[in-house]
Amino acid sequence: MKMLTFSNRNAKEILRDPLNLVFGLGFPIVLILLLTAIQANIPVTLFEIAHLTPGIVVFGLSFMTLFSATLIAKDRGSSLLQRLYTTPLSSKDFIVGYILPILPICIVQTLICYTVAVILGLEITVKILLSVAATLPVALFFISMGLLCGSIFTDKQVGGICGALLTNLSAWLSGTWFDLNLVGGVFKNIAYALPFVHAVEMERAILSGNYADIFPHIYWVTGYAVAVTIAAVLTFLHQMKKQ
Amino acid sequence: MEAIKTVELTKKYKDLTAVDRLNLIIESGELFSLLGVNGAGKTTTIKMLSCLTKPTSGNAFLNGKSIVNESTAVKEIIAVSPQETAVAPNLTVKENLELMAGAHGFSKDKSKARVAALIEQFSLAEIENKKAGKLSGGWQRRLSIAMALICEPQILFLDEPTLGLDVLARSELWDAIRSLKGKITIILTTHYMEEAEALSDRVAIMKSGKLLLVGTADEIKAKAGTDKFDEAFVRIVKEEIK
Repeated sequence: MKMLTFSNRNAKEILRDPLNLVFGLGFPIVLILLLTAIQANIPVTLFEIAHLTPGIVVFGLSFMTLFSATLIAKDRGSSLLQRLYTTPLSSKDFIVGYILPILPICIVQTLICYTVAVILGLEITVKILLSVAATLPVALFFISMGLLCGSIFTDKQVGGICGALLTNLSAWLSGTWFDLNLVGGVFKNIAYALPFVHAVEMERAILSGNYADIFPHIYWVTGYAVAVTIAAVLTFLHQMKKQ
Repeated sequence: MEAIKTVELTKKYKDLTAVDRLNLIIESGELFSLLGVNGAGKTTTIKMLSCLTKPTSGNAFLNGKSIVNESTAVKEIIAVSPQETAVAPNLTVKENLELMAGAHGFSKDKSKARVAALIEQFSLAEIENKKAGKLSGGWQRRLSIAMALICEPQILFLDEPTLGLDVLARSELWDAIRSLKGKITIILTTHYMEEAEALSDRVAIMKSGKLLLVGTADEIKAKAGTDKFDEAFVRIVKEEIK
C-alpha cells in the first residue's frame, strides 16, 4: 500500500509533464511516419516497416532513462526524498516505487508504436504481442539506467547525459538507422558490446517469427538489464544512506 | 515529560566534528529553537534526531525511543519539514497530502479525514486542486508543514521554515506555527532572530558543533547584558558566553 502510493505519485509526475509525452510518445511516432514516407519514395530494406518498428520501439524506450533519471534527480534536489526518508517507507518501497510505474508506460508506448506500424501496413499477428512482451528486459534496462543516473547526477546533468548522450548512443549503435556492417571495425565491435543493437535484433527476430535468432541477443539484453539494475539499486541505497 | 534527550550526541565527517557531544533535554509540547551561524551543526543535529543520518557516537531518545536502535519506532512519531521546499510539483495540494498519508500507511478513510482536517487547519481549500509547483513560496512552505503534520507527529522538526519568504508570508506562517504550540513538540532551526524570539519557549545557541547556551529569550538577553535578542546572539557567539 505504502509503495503503491509512492509508485502512483511517480506515474503522475511523469505523465503530467507535457515534454515527456512529446518525447516519449510523439517523437517515435513521428520517426515511424517520416522513415516510412522515405521508404515509400526510395525503398530501402532497413526502413521496411517490419524491420524499422523494432528499432523505433527500442529508441523510444531510451527516453524512459531520461524520465526516471529526471524524476529521481529532481526529488533529490528538492529534498522531497529526504522528507520521504523520514517516513516508514522502506528502501524497497523506494526502488520498486520508482521502477514499477514506468513499466506500464513502456508497454503503452510500445503498443502505440506497433499500432502506428499496423496502420502503415505491418501485418497483425500474435508475434506483435510477443515482441511487446520481449521489450520488458529492454524497458528494465533503460529504467534502471535512469535510477542509476538519477542517483548520481543533478537534474540538469541528467538532461545532458540521459537526454542527449544516451539517446544518441542508443540510436547510432542500434543498427536502426544504418546497417552496422557498412561501418564495421571498431564501431561495430563497440555496438555489439552494448545492449542496444542486441535489443533491436531480438525484437526483429521475434517479429519475423525467427525465434531461434533471439539468441544470443536476449542474453545480452537480460544480462545488461540485471547488471544495471543491481548497480542502480546499490547506488540508490548508497545515496540514501548518505542523505 | 522529556520529548527529546540527547546524550553526548556526536557526528564527525572525516576531520570535521559537525556536532560535538551534545547534551540537551527538550520537554513535551515545547517549541524549541536551535540557533547558530552557518556550520554550527543545527541541520546535522536535526538530521540525526530524525534518523536521516547516524551519529558517530552518543545517542538521543525521542519519547524514550533511541535513534540508534529504534529508528523505525522513532520515524513513526516524528515528522520533518526540510529546509528546501519538499513538495511534489506536478501533484495538486490535496494529492501531496494524500501522498504523505499513503507513505505512512493510512487506510483510505483515515487518509481522507486527515487530508480534510489539514486543508481546513492550514486554509488550503481554495488551492487544494492547484499543482504544488505553481504555488508561491509562502504557500509551498505552508503545504510543506501541513504535509509534515499528516501523520499526527508527536515531534515536529522545522528546518528554516520561513527562509526566503516575504514579511507577509512569514507572518502568516508564524501564525500557523503558533497554532501548533503546546499540542506537539516543535524543534525549529532558523537564522532569523526575531523568529526565534517570537515563537520559542526556549532557545539553544550552537557554534562549531558545540552547545553554547540554552534558555528563554529573556534569559539569553540577560546573560549577554542587552535587551536586544539579535545583539545578545552576536555577543554570545563572538565571545562564546556560556
